[in-house]
Amino acid sequence: MSSISHHDRQTTSLANKIQEVTGVALQNCYQCGKCAAGCPVAGDMEMPSCQVLRLLQYESPDYDRRVLESESIWLCLSCDTCHSRCPQTINTPKVMYFLREEAVRQGLAHPKSKDAQAFHKAFLGSVARHGRLHEIGMLMNYKVRTGHLFQDMTLGSKLYQKGKLELLPHGVKDKAAVKKLFKRTTGNKE
Amino acid sequence: MRIGYYPGCSLTSSAREYDESVRAVCEVLDLTLVEIPDWNCCGASSAHVASEELALSLRARNLALAEAAGLDEILAPCAACFSRLASASVELADNPQKCQAVSEVVGMPYSGGVKVLNMLAVLERFKDEIAAKTDQSFRHKVACYYGCLLVRPTKVAQFDRVEDPQSMDQIMAAAGAKPVRWSSKTECCGTGLSTITRTELVANLSGRIVADAAKREAVAIVTACPMCQTNLDMRRPEINQKLQEEHRIPVLYVTQALGLAMGIDPQRLGLHRNMVPVELPEPEPEVVTTDDDDED
Ligand code: SF4
Ligand code: SF4
Repeated sequence: MSSISHHDRQTTSLANKIQEVTGVALQNCYQCGKCAAGCPVAGDMEMPSCQVLRLLQYESPDYDRRVLESESIWLCLSCDTCHSRCPQTINTPKVMYFLREEAVRQGLAHPKSKDAQAFHKAFLGSVARHGRLHEIGMLMNYKVRTGHLFQDMTLGSKLYQKGKLELLPHGVKDKAAVKKLFKRTTGNKE
Repeated sequence: MRIGYYPGCSLTSSAREYDESVRAVCEVLDLTLVEIPDWNCCGASSAHVASEELALSLRARNLALAEAAGLDEILAPCAACFSRLASASVELADNPQKCQAVSEVVGMPYSGGVKVLNMLAVLERFKDEIAAKTDQSFRHKVACYYGCLLVRPTKVAQFDRVEDPQSMDQIMAAAGAKPVRWSSKTECCGTGLSTITRTELVANLSGRIVADAAKREAVAIVTACPMCQTNLDMRRPEINQKLQEEHRIPVLYVTQALGLAMGIDPQRLGLHRNMVPVELPEPEPEVVTTDDDDED
C-alpha cells in the first residue's frame, strides 16, 4: 500500500461522514485483525473488514472510492461477530451498511449488488402494500426485477406442497395506518 | 400465565411449522399466547435501506399495539423479528423524547415499556415444567444451534453468553436430550442479505455447520431461527452438493424437538413440513446413575 501524506486528507472524507452518521470513530481501530479472523466471509472478500477500515483511516479520495466500488461491502452478512469481539467495540456491520448506502448514492455500487438492491425494493413494496410480507408476491416481483425467473422454481413448488407458501396475501387490517407510516418516514418513495 | 405473541411474517408462511409447534408446546406449558392485534411486518433487513425512521416506526407500531392491548412482554419466536423488535424496544426504553416522536409517526401512544423476549428466554422460565411434562425418553444427541441473532449484538439481545451460549442446551437437557459440545453454535449460516441472491456462499457457510453437527454424531440440529432453519434444511441439496457428501441430519425448531419429547402428535408440530425428513434413530441407552456417580 503506498503511503499517503497527511496533506491529502479531506474534511469530507468517508471517515468523517461515518462518524457523523453512525457515530463510529474509525481512528479507534488499531488494526489487530481480530474482526477479520472471525469473519465468516473474510475469505470471499477482496479486502476483509479490517482492511476496509484501514483504507478509510487514510481519508484519501482514492481509497474512499476503492472501498465504495468494492464487492466486499456487499458481502458483509451483518452477523456481528466482528463487532462483538472487537477490543475497541468498532461497529463494523453498521459501517458496512452505511458504505453500501453511500455507494448507491454516489452511483459507485458494485454491479453484483443489483440483486440485493432489487430484493430490498421488492420486500418493502410488499410490506408497504400489505403491512406484512407476502412471500410469493415479493419473490415474483424480485424475479421480474432481476430476470432470475426460473431460478428456484422447483423449490417454489416443493414449498407450496409443504403448505409453506400462501397464494393470497394476509395483510394487516389497518392498511391506512401502515401507508401513513411509510409516507411519513420515506416521503412515499416505496 | 399469559404473554404477548408476535408471530411475524415467516411464521405465517414458510416457517409455519415453527408457529404450529410453538402453540402446541405453550399449550402444554399452560402459557397463553395473546397475539398482538393487527401486528405488522418488522421490516426485516430491508426497512432501514429505505430509512432508519421507517425501520424504527414499523417496529414501534407493534410495541404500541402490544401496549394498547395491556401486554408488557411479547414473545417473538423468529430470531430475526426478535432482534429487530428488541432493538426498537431498547432504543425507545428510557427515551421519552424518541417515544413521543415515534408515537406521532405511528399515530398511537407508546410509553417505552414493552419488553421483547426470544423463544429460548421464555422456555428457560419453564425448565422445571418441561422436565415434568416429558418422560425423559428423548435421549437423543442434539446439536443446539443458536446462530447470530439470539446473542448478537449483545446490547440488543441481552441474552446468554455471546461465544458459548447455554440456554438451549439446558432446555433440551431438561427434556431428556443429550446436547453435544460443539463449536459452531453461533457461527453465521449466511442469511444476512444473501439467502436468495447468493446461494453459493450460503451453501458454503451452512455446509460447515451441518458437517460439524454430523461430525459430533448429533442426530438433529435444533434451532430457534427460521432463517437458520431454512438455510440448513431447505438448502440441503446445495449444501450436500457443495460438500460432496450426503448429510441427512434433520433440522428441528426447538419447539418441534420439545414437542416430540412431550409426546405431541408430529402432525401438530408440523414435522411433515420439514424438507429433510425427520427420522430419529433409537434414543441413546439410559444411563443408570449410581450413588457415587457424582455429577458436576
Ligand atoms: S477487531 Fe476492532 S480494533 Fe481490531 S482490527 Fe478489527 S475493528 Fe480494528
Ligand atoms: S458483520 Fe460482516 S464484517 Fe463483521 S464478521 Fe459478520 S460478515 Fe464479517
